[in-house]
This record gives sequence, C-alpha cells and structure tokens, in this order.
Amino acid sequence: MTAPAQTPRQSQGGRRRLPGRAGQAREPQRLFWIALAAPGIIWLILLFIVPFYAIMAIAGGQVNQVFGYPMAIWNPLHWNSTNFTAAWHDVAGTSAFVGPIILRTLAYVALAAILSLLIAYPAAYFVARFAGRRKGIFLILLIAPFWISYMMRMLAWIDLLQTDGYVNKALAFFGLPGQTDWLGGMSVTVILGLVYGYIPYLILVLYAGLDRIDPSLIEAGRDLGLGRLKTFLRVTLPLSRQPILTGMLITVLPMLGDYFTNQLLSGTTGTTMLGNVIDEQLNTPGLQGEGAVFSVLFLLVLVVPMIYYVVATNRSSRQAM
Amino acid sequence: MTTLTKSATSGAASGTTARTVFGRMRPRPNPWRHPWFLEGFTWLYLIWSIVPIGLAVLFSFNNGRSQSAWQGFSWRWYFTDPVNSVLGDPQLHAAVIQTLRLSLYVTVVTVPLGVAFALGINRWRGYTASSFNFVMILSYVIPELIFGVAMFFVFTILFKGIGLGTLAETLALVTWNVSWPAIIVQARLVTLGRQYEEAAADLGASQLQIMRRVMIPLLSPAIFASAVLVFSSVIDDFVLVDLLSNNASNTPMSVYIYAQQRGGSGGPALNALGTIMLVMSLVIAVLGYFGYRWMTRGERSDRQEALASITGM
Repeated sequence: MTAPAQTPRQSQGGRRRLPGRAGQAREPQRLFWIALAAPGIIWLILLFIVPFYAIMAIAGGQVNQVFGYPMAIWNPLHWNSTNFTAAWHDVAGTSAFVGPIILRTLAYVALAAILSLLIAYPAAYFVARFAGRRKGIFLILLIAPFWISYMMRMLAWIDLLQTDGYVNKALAFFGLPGQTDWLGGMSVTVILGLVYGYIPYLILVLYAGLDRIDPSLIEAGRDLGLGRLKTFLRVTLPLSRQPILTGMLITVLPMLGDYFTNQLLSGTTGTTMLGNVIDEQLNTPGLQGEGAVFSVLFLLVLVVPMIYYVVATNRSSRQAM
Repeated sequence: MTTLTKSATSGAASGTTARTVFGRMRPRPNPWRHPWFLEGFTWLYLIWSIVPIGLAVLFSFNNGRSQSAWQGFSWRWYFTDPVNSVLGDPQLHAAVIQTLRLSLYVTVVTVPLGVAFALGINRWRGYTASSFNFVMILSYVIPELIFGVAMFFVFTILFKGIGLGTLAETLALVTWNVSWPAIIVQARLVTLGRQYEEAAADLGASQLQIMRRVMIPLLSPAIFASAVLVFSSVIDDFVLVDLLSNNASNTPMSVYIYAQQRGGSGGPALNALGTIMLVMSLVIAVLGYFGYRWMTRGERSDRQEALASITGM
C-alpha cells in the first residue's frame, strides 16, 4: 500500500529454500500466529460483530410502553415488527416525514460527490503529473486539510458566512447583494459544506492513484499521435477508474451518515438529512427502537458498495504484490 | 525521441510548435507545454481549502467578540480572560484534556492490538484468518454513524455495566481505528517478504526471538506511522464521541465545539479551541514526518514516501 513492492521472485525464492524445516515446525508456528491474532479477533467479535447483532435485536425487539426504553429480543425467531411498522409509517404512512428526507439526503450527497470529484480530480491530476520539482510543497498543501479537524474547518466557514462575514462583504464589494443569510437554512451552503468537509479524503485517494500511473504510457499515447485531450480520455481516464471509484465510496459513505455538517451550517428542518433522523431518534426515549430500524436498513442498502470496496482494495493490494 | 522533444521545448513558453523530424505540415501546440490552466485551478483549490482556516485561526486572536471584524491582537481567548478563555473556563480545558486522554488511551491499546492482529492474520493463512481480515476491513468502510449507533446500544443495553463515558469512548474508538495498524502493517509485511524471518530461523532463532529481533525492528516504521494516524484521527473524531459522551467531564473538544456552536453560543473561544486542535494535529504530523524519516534513514525512502505513509496513503 505504501512502499514500493518487491518483485515476487524474491519472496518466492525465500519460501522455496526450506521446505523440510517449515514442514516440521508448522504446528507450533501456526499456534503462535493464531495466538497473535486472537486478541484482535476476540475484540472484533465482541465490539464489532456483537454490536451489529445487538442493533438487529433491538430493531426486531419491542419498546417498553411505560418508560419508553427499547427491549432487545435476542432470538431471531421471536423478532417482531413493532419498530419496523413504526418506521414504515414514518416513511410512507399518512404522517410520513422521512420519505422527503431520504430523497433530500440522496440529492445532497449526489451533488456534493459530483462537485467534489470535479474539483478534486484536476487538482490531484496536476500535482501527480505536472508539479515537477515543486511536488513536495504541493503535496504538503494538498494534505494539510486532511490533518485539520473537521470541526475547525466548519468553524472557519461559519465565520466567513455570517451575515456580516467576509463572503457577504466580498459580494457587496463586487456590487452583488451582500445581505444573504447563508447560515439560515440554504441547501447550497450545506452542499458546499459537505464538499469542503470530505474533499481532502477524496483528493488523497485520487492523488495516490494518479501518481501510480506509469508516465511512459502517457508518453506512448502522445508519441502515437494523440493530442492532449485524447491522451487524457483514452489513457489517463481509463487508468484512473479504480481510484475514482474507491475515492467516491470513501466520501459518499460518510456523507450519507453525516448529521453534523447541516446542523452547523443551517440547523433548520429544511435541510434535515437521514443522519439527523437517526441521531434524533437515538436521543428520544421511545423512538430508539425505530432509530435501530433505520440504521439496519441504511446498513443493508450500503452493504453492497461496502463489500465492493473491500474486494477492490484486496484485489489491488494483491496486484501490488 | 520523446525525451528529445521534451528537453528541446521544456524551457520554451507555451504555444511553441513542435515540428518533428517528419516535417508535419500543420503546426500543433506543443504537447509538453506547461498546463497553466490546471495549475491555476489547483492554486484556486488550495486557496479555497486553506485560507478560510487561516482566517479562523486569526480570529481566535481577535481582541473582541466579532468573528468578522478585526479588533487587534490578544491572547484573551486562550488565557488572559479569567472566565471565557480556554484556560479560564473549566469546561473548555476539560475538553482539551479529554481529547488528549482519549488519544493516548486509544493509541496505546490500538497499536499493539492491530499489529499483533496483522502479523497473526498474515501468517496464519486459512479461511478463518481471511474472514476476520474481511471483517477488519469492513470496520474501515462502515459509516461511522451506524457503527456509533451499534456501540450506543451495546453500552446502554447489552454491557450496561460500562455505560456511556470515557471507557465506552475508548473501546469504540479502538475498534474504529484498529484497521489503521492492521492494514498498514500487512502492507509492509507484503513488501518485506519472508526471507528475513526465514534467514533468522535458519540461524536458529526461536519464534519469539524472530519477532523481537527481526520483525518488530523491520516493521517499526509502519507501526510508528499507524500510531501517528491513530492518535490524530482520535483528535479529529466526532461521531463516536458525540454519541457516547454523556457529561462535561467526558466531552472532548470536537463535541464541545459542535454543541456550543449549535446552541448559538459560538465565539472566538471556540476558534481558540479549534486552533488548539489544529496545532495538536500539526505537531503530531510534523513529529510523525520527522520520526518516520529518521526511522527509515537507512532505506531508500524519499520525502514524499514519508509524507504519504503518515497520511495513510
């Protein structure tokens, strides 16, 4: 992943040298490796796999009628649909309010993701291909936001977007209406906030992928008579398909669960996203079971892209070998 | 030929025609000209991404409440003001301490756990090993909110004895971050190959000696880089600690900033807190960079590789 890979021949040659000894020592060695992996495995079972079973047990469980706390049902055969029915009523019933929120979440995330890609790709492409001797300084500037806390980056925009802030001052300077209440529930602000918040992660994935493209392939394209644009479309773009896909996943997955960006940059119900619904239900006695249902459904929708990501990264790391 | 054209025109301004030896009739723009448009775009992006943060840092030193009008330099939001500064307000400095404490606890637990897991899984090949590796990578991509909700239920309903608070935050953050050392160390193991440990075994070293004398020193840059990443990502973490904290004593900086800003009581003191977070992360990054360079000084590694390693690329 990080350092350049060694040729496979070296490691294979090493392995072939001592079949006898490896055969003799196999069993105790195996136990040693198992013992090393065991704490991590137990940790993952107790604090990763069990929690997901717990969410499902609560989603399929009941709600205590008096105190409103959720009661888990651990036997999947006894799971009941109380919480699921409640969730369904919120999505499609007469008092439904989640339906439009889901649509809004998808629209925000789609726009923010496309915008992020349109901004991040050219910048990453430039630094990876053309920065030349100044690559180090460009790389530091590119990486800097990755190291700066998300909350600090949001605070920065809250300062700028206030009614008497620099954005409005700049607009007024150019003779444009400079009295916009940017933080009063504008979708544009939330989408730009999402872009600003998640673009550092995307740009790093894109840079790492584009930097790995062999420049001789691009030179070959040029030598064979392709112009700049055609070389880009026929050589560079197809080669950057994988980084684009993983980069999109790594930004879209957290954006879908985001509930803080819109709270900070708007805080009105007009910009509520799915994450806010889950977060609020978690803080409301009686609705926690429903929050679990939404989390489970959300997870089910995302399982396919998540597994795609895992398989894709596994494949590329095997290629690196 | 490529190199020839390149060196011949590299110094020339854009728009030079590259007439090749074959005598092309129609002049074409030099394909190796510098992409000024792209460079301009990149600079605009960098300005957009960095200048707002610089202004936020600047306003943490503002001698006034405004976050948009400069009223002179002062340290009042850091320590001069006896009530509202980070030093004066007990909740503010409790938040700083909680962040540092969590980062330390989580790094100390996560790194050995993840390194041992990576070594074990990588050498003990088999179905069980690869399925748990899969689970580990899954923990890397799962949306934090869903994982946070799961953790919330685990600590409020299943393991009630733990409850919400620092212990719950630490346990959740360890699970959330264990994939850093696990992934980075496995990548390093792949590049190292097995020849070093086999050589050591040939020379009669026991399994423990191989670990202590050969593997750990060879893996130390990767271990170090993952510690840097874990520490800094705990400083930055918000969702998990937001869901698992329940009072002022276990609220770290990110959650405090969020809660105050949302409650409408934002102000320069929050900028000061944010600046402290920023400085912490940058100190970690700089220490990480030079530490990594020092640890890999015998290898043929360059600056960019070190930068990429401590950023997890």
